[in-house]
Amino acid sequence: MSELEPEDRARFQELVLPHVDAAFNLSRWLLRGRADAEDVAQEALLRACRFFRGFHGGDARAWLLQIVRNTCYTWLEKNRPMELSMEFDEEIHLQASATPETLAISGDDRQRLILALETLPPRFREVLVLRELEGCSYKEIAAITSLPIGTVMSSLSRARRQLYSALANCSQKGAVREV
Amino acid sequence: MKCDFADSFLQGYFDGELSGRRAAEFERHLQHCDHCADELVDLDWLSGALRLTRLYEPAPASLRRTINAHFRPIEPAIAVSQPLLWHWLAAATALLFLAIGLWKVSPRLRSDDYQAELAGEIVEAHVRSLQPGPISGIASHDAGVVQGWLDRGAGFALPVRDFKKVGFTLNGGRLDVVEGRMVAVLGYEHNGRPISVFIWPTQEPDTSPRTGSRQGFQWVDWRKDKMEFCAVSDATPAELEHLNRLMSDQP
Repeated sequence: MSELEPEDRARFQELVLPHVDAAFNLSRWLLRGRADAEDVAQEALLRACRFFRGFHGGDARAWLLQIVRNTCYTWLEKNRPMELSMEFDEEIHLQASATPETLAISGDDRQRLILALETLPPRFREVLVLRELEGCSYKEIAAITSLPIGTVMSSLSRARRQLYSALANCSQKGAVREV
Repeated sequence: MKCDFADSFLQGYFDGELSGRRAAEFERHLQHCDHCADELVDLDWLSGALRLTRLYEPAPASLRRTINAHFRPIEPAIAVSQPLLWHWLAAATALLFLAIGLWKVSPRLRSDDYQAELAGEIVEAHVRSLQPGPISGIASHDAGVVQGWLDRGAGFALPVRDFKKVGFTLNGGRLDVVEGRMVAVLGYEHNGRPISVFIWPTQEPDTSPRTGSRQGFQWVDWRKDKMEFCAVSDATPAELEHLNRLMSDQP
């Protein structure tokens, strides 16, 4: 990061570094693991630093998350290409450790939600994470994912339906309702 | 039963993305569409489950440390090759500190700008301490040992306590320079996050805690019994205020 001029460095620290949590959280959910997420989030932050001269104001969080997302997809393409090829196929679940059966017997509500979310294709998972965990507006999600707003809305709708059925298949849905 | 309205407006309505007119239109529709009403309940349940189970995962301290390490201040490399220039810089710095010192004599001049500048220096000192490499200090959980070491090094007496029982573990103490003068620093750890408490003597009256954030770090500053304290960390403001209360309540 030393290649930044001092004034750019200060701006980067002021504008971008407050969103390190958002960067890590998105990586963690896209890559389904903390260790990989830490490496990729770090790489994304270094890239953000290199690209910072191209940032001319606006929403720094969306700008950073766009880079994080691209870095995550590059990593997935290289390391787990199968996950990306399955996207948008609502009949196929990812080969995650979670199936409705394992979800039902896990007993831990939080763990069941994590597993259910991880069974979603990455492109559904990301809109849910951005909306529900990061609190992004449709417009921000559209900027981060480079999708039209209409597609953001329909992806969100399908993602929610899939997640809901993954959880509804579990016999213990009532337990989640009470958390 | 499928509803045409559901696909086009339900998500937007639920997420608060519809214009007022569209939202009112959808609400009128909702009064006599069981399908949409049920879907809305499901959406609400799902959203609640996602938020209540706290799935958000903040960055681990190790990632923050790595990132902060990239913001190490640039060393004055010219010092080695051009000693004369270095002397001039040292003299200029000394004058600057003298000017700051004189300016500080008048407490009423102490403005928010000054507080922000001070916080900036302290945050930078905290960030430096997170980087690998030797630090002038002592690593110990023993408050007496840390206090003894700091008393000798800092030239002023300061209170040192461990609050391990309530989750703030004393990890040691060190000396640093802020605003051109020696300050003592206590290192605590809380929920895996390092906290530095900078302490120095002051002539100014006691204050209640003032808080702020800078570069993603939180700080809390207060004065008590002729000592000024400034705690800085990437912990939450509430956690820092908790430490402030623990340190202020001690005899």
